[in-house]
Amino acid sequence: MTIKHSFKTAVSGLRSHKSRSLLTILGVVIGITSIILIMSIGQGAENLILGEIQSLGSRTIAVIPGREPSGPSDIAQLLTTSLTERDFQALKRKENVPTAKDIMPIVFGTATASFENDTFNLTIMGPTERALEMFNIEVEDGNFFTEDDIRSKADVVVIGSKVKEELFGASDAIGQKIKIKNKSFRVIGVMPQKGQVSFFNFDEMALSPYSTVQQYILGIKHFNRFIVEAESDELVDRTVEDVTLTLRETHQIDDPEKDDFFVQTQAEIANTLGTITSVLTLLLTSIAAISLVVGGIGIMNIMLVAVTERTREIGLRKALGARGKDILLQFLLEAVILTAIGGLMGIFFGALLSFGAGIAIRQFAGLNWHFTFPFFAAFIGLFVSAVIGLIFGLYPARQASLKSPIEALRYE
Amino acid sequence: MPIIEAKNLEKTYDGEAGTASTQALTGATLNIEEGEFVAIMGPSGSGKSTLLHILGFLDKQSEGTYKFNGNAIEELDDAELAKTRNSEMGFVFQAFNLLPKATVLENIKLPLMYSAISEHVWNALAEEAIEAVGLSHRTHHLAAQLSGGEKQRAAIARALVMKPKVIFADEPTGNLDSRSGQAVMKIIQDLNENHGHTIVLITHETYTAEHAQRIIRLKDGEIESDEKVGHRHKAYEYIK
Repeated sequence: MTIKHSFKTAVSGLRSHKSRSLLTILGVVIGITSIILIMSIGQGAENLILGEIQSLGSRTIAVIPGREPSGPSDIAQLLTTSLTERDFQALKRKENVPTAKDIMPIVFGTATASFENDTFNLTIMGPTERALEMFNIEVEDGNFFTEDDIRSKADVVVIGSKVKEELFGASDAIGQKIKIKNKSFRVIGVMPQKGQVSFFNFDEMALSPYSTVQQYILGIKHFNRFIVEAESDELVDRTVEDVTLTLRETHQIDDPEKDDFFVQTQAEIANTLGTITSVLTLLLTSIAAISLVVGGIGIMNIMLVAVTERTREIGLRKALGARGKDILLQFLLEAVILTAIGGLMGIFFGALLSFGAGIAIRQFAGLNWHFTFPFFAAFIGLFVSAVIGLIFGLYPARQASLKSPIEALRYE
Repeated sequence: MPIIEAKNLEKTYDGEAGTASTQALTGATLNIEEGEFVAIMGPSGSGKSTLLHILGFLDKQSEGTYKFNGNAIEELDDAELAKTRNSEMGFVFQAFNLLPKATVLENIKLPLMYSAISEHVWNALAEEAIEAVGLSHRTHHLAAQLSGGEKQRAAIARALVMKPKVIFADEPTGNLDSRSGQAVMKIIQDLNENHGHTIVLITHETYTAEHAQRIIRLKDGEIESDEKVGHRHKAYEYIK
């Protein structure tokens, strides 16, 4: 028998038991659906995180106070006061870090802001006027603060869209005074809705000169971060080195082991987060893969029933000249076709669900999520489901092929 | 040379654990010449079905020798047995054994699918066989929609589509009313007399057996008698 006719025979065998065939592949459909869903969401999350980091620019370097945490319990090391105004001035000097295009200190904390009877818990950040460019911030209404505001510790604030909406609703915010930590701030600008950018959600933030935030809100003299931008991607490493050497000098540190700050590049962060999401995706995918094995066992089970049920047909085919391997091929093909259809259905439902999930994430989490169809996973899914049919179909098909024509014809 | 040469055929079925094994054939010797129409008769349990299965390469004897068309069954492997069944033997069963959800045409093409005959002549060969049993008006009906007599005629068409040397018929009229049975016997007799097919027919009815040229009677796994039919029934005398 040619493969073409074996295929036709297998298809007509399946078509004569449509609803049972459909139920048989349910396990495979669910397995492939969840794999596609997980891989699509995993890829989406990775793209989102990497995209956010890249939006900050791959040339951006963060200087963080304290020792690089060696583990989650080491978090206390972050709460140090090692980055000071003196460091800022030293880093700003061209001869110290010649490849730095821009440098900006930031401080941040949480505070409650109020206007008349409305209050809102926001993150207050104190950068310099360079934040406009370095964080790619726009001001929709009014202006951003200036160098003069920083020098004079002006009580001005630029608020995010959510802050504006919560405190002022539809009415105009520019020129109004809001209270943060019992101090009055004049609203000089409103930022348009932007969503989550990198680790900051500017929509729920208020920006004020760092000097103002340090003195009136946080009551500190140090900085939480320095953000340094290198001239080009190639100069990132050199800039990191210069920043490190400069800070060691101002902190009078000889032993690198004793650094009270650490420098992180966007590339490093991207790598770390990329690894985390990949590992998570892999973990979830392997759990989903278990359901495929269960689905395969279901198929084997039903195929064995089908072989018993069709004993007479097998005997007849043998009497008419079918060889054992013709019968084997027929039942094996039935299993493979079944699982391949299950795989295709799984890919379809998986894509549908992850597309829906993408819309939901955009809608409810406000993230800039992009649906990605995992072509690789789809290909693998189809392949794996066919292989499952092959593996779990082999035993029933072999049982079928070994039936003696007489035993089979006699079967009632 | 006879087309069927069987010598001292014995068949023992191993009993399930704890039960005695049963001997269905205890030494049957018979020759059938090409073009003959032979009926094998005997009460149930006489071993006639077992004999037919061995003659039809569906089963193997425990002892003795069997040659079909000069080839000994013991020397053929599974694939060669299948090929012989496919191209040189045709089977008609009491229970018809058609695929109920396939059309008459598809059922009759089944042996062709397992043969080396090229696909473009399949339809023509199948239609020729359907024509021969007078079922042309049912070609595209599902097998399940046919009456008993039509089913058996379709089964005969399937048995002769490969133009086999021998057609084995196991109680072909057993599930049919007498009128349909007559129609089936007419076709079988016609295949023998006008198309040269050797027929081996199993029946327990003397009347049906008397359509053959020769009757072999089995009893308790042995051949009791083997004689020519003196006064043959001609099925076409009754049908028209």
